[in-house]
Amino acid sequence: MKEIRMHGRGGQGVVKSAQVIVQTVVGDHKYAHFIPFFGVERKGSPVYGFLRLDDQDIRLKCQVYEPDILMIFDDTLLSLPQTFDGFKAGGTIILNTCVNRQAVKLPTTARRVALVDATGLALSRLGRNIPNTAMLGAFAKVCDQVNWESLKKQIAASFGEKNVEAAQAAYEAVAVS
Amino acid sequence: MSSASIKAVSGNTAAALGAALCRPDLIAAYPITPQSSVIEYLAGMIANGQLDSTMIQVESEHSAMSVVQGAAAAGGRVFTATSAQGLALMYEPYFRMSTLRLPMVMAVACREMTSPETIWSGQQDAMSVREAGWIQIHVENNQEILDMLLQGCRLSEDREILLPVNVCYDGFFLSHLYERVAIPAAEKADEYLSGSAPQDPMLDPQDLRSLDPLTPGNILIKYRQNHLAALQKTLNKLEEVDTRFQQVFGHSWGGAVEEYRCQDADYILLTIGSMTGTARVAVDLARERGLKVGLLKVRCMRPFPAEKIAAALAGKKAWAAADRSVSFGWNSGSLYSEALACAPKAAPHFSIIGGLGGTDISLGELSQMIDRLGAGQFSDGETLWLEKKI
Repeated sequence: MKEIRMHGRGGQGVVKSAQVIVQTVVGDHKYAHFIPFFGVERKGSPVYGFLRLDDQDIRLKCQVYEPDILMIFDDTLLSLPQTFDGFKAGGTIILNTCVNRQAVKLPTTARRVALVDATGLALSRLGRNIPNTAMLGAFAKVCDQVNWESLKKQIAASFGEKNVEAAQAAYEAVAVS
Repeated sequence: MSSASIKAVSGNTAAALGAALCRPDLIAAYPITPQSSVIEYLAGMIANGQLDSTMIQVESEHSAMSVVQGAAAAGGRVFTATSAQGLALMYEPYFRMSTLRLPMVMAVACREMTSPETIWSGQQDAMSVREAGWIQIHVENNQEILDMLLQGCRLSEDREILLPVNVCYDGFFLSHLYERVAIPAAEKADEYLSGSAPQDPMLDPQDLRSLDPLTPGNILIKYRQNHLAALQKTLNKLEEVDTRFQQVFGHSWGGAVEEYRCQDADYILLTIGSMTGTARVAVDLARERGLKVGLLKVRCMRPFPAEKIAAALAGKKAWAAADRSVSFGWNSGSLYSEALACAPKAAPHFSIIGGLGGTDISLGELSQMIDRLGAGQFSDGETLWLEKKI
């Protein structure tokens, strides 16, 4: 089982993108689930959620405390201590940022880091600051539990072709180190 | 389940789909977090022509229950859903629904009761109405929500039962959980419900009569006796509707309780609601450590399956019950205080309270509680709280 914790801000489409991942995986006859954590419901406040992927039925109905993957939708969240709480050594970090690897401070325990300017791609492809579908492209690049072609189909069905373009651009542009 | 379609849906969507498969004649509801999207989804189905049902918008939950009550008394199959303060506001017609012996299924997306002000998860709402004469089922995952809407319909309309059913599921942890659900084809649901019908009309403009006249106590006591007898019959009837479900859909949920690895267990953890899934994993991990623990999932809170619980706990060394609610009167959790009434006297036990106000019940916390149970690290009858950092 892969456990993923998503961190973002209200309005960035964190919940919607997680739902697209779950729909894709379930559509491919595997198992996935997502539990959103609801805090205060307002634009800009920190939000997070818990995503699990598996080949078998997922019985757990609780939060993720030791994520294999961190998906961080906003680099202003890096300073919050809870963002890296319990992050598994050897895990993967996917971060929306416009600065390079040297300029961001991330746990040295990460095996893989994927940086993508999802906000920039969203602004250029969609004309709106909703980075979630670009983040999905970066996610697909580093998570082989999710089929990229199926995910693109699901993005198209949920958000339309322009969002597939944003995701494709992120898939190609993401810097993995 | 070849005719089912597999989809990723939220618990609220699963509830709406289950309700729609019962083909309700009338739906009335008032929005409240975390239930609202159940009714929004059903309103969408009606607007899109996917569901032939009358939706009545009301100004409060008191009105919602009053409207469905009238429709049920007129022989309609009805549905509503609510949470927490909405359920509290509904209480007056809610009580009358069961004492009028009117069948219906109502979804409860369980939420903590205010105060302090909260909108998050907890089972205090459902537990607060457990003496209102309804059948109360608690479920573990989104598939069970959908399935129990169908089973609840058949159960409530059984002529030996004729009682309303609550299908209770944890707010957010299930209502907003996205997961895989097998959605049965409408024909399959029709097949399952064939032969089941709402109460014969008591209200009919062509045949005027008075409903629920002032009733003296010597007659009222008979009503209560019959009501309690019907609730006791529910315990077996729940197995009957589940067996029929197995025949039609190819899977089942068990009756009032489900035993998980209890047979050879020395210790038993009782659970209710979505924590059960996490507790199953905790039990498996404890077994790997050599601790012979089992899990008893209490599916039916009303009527309370006292005999089944007593039988499952017989001969065990110790037990604990985990609750997402409190019993104000007993300084413990609600399920615990009820289990205590029927548990064998010899085995020591403790109450676990966690998950209040939307907090998590984690795998780590349940594992720790299981270890304390196995190691005897508790005082008999004490209450342990799963507290969180402030």
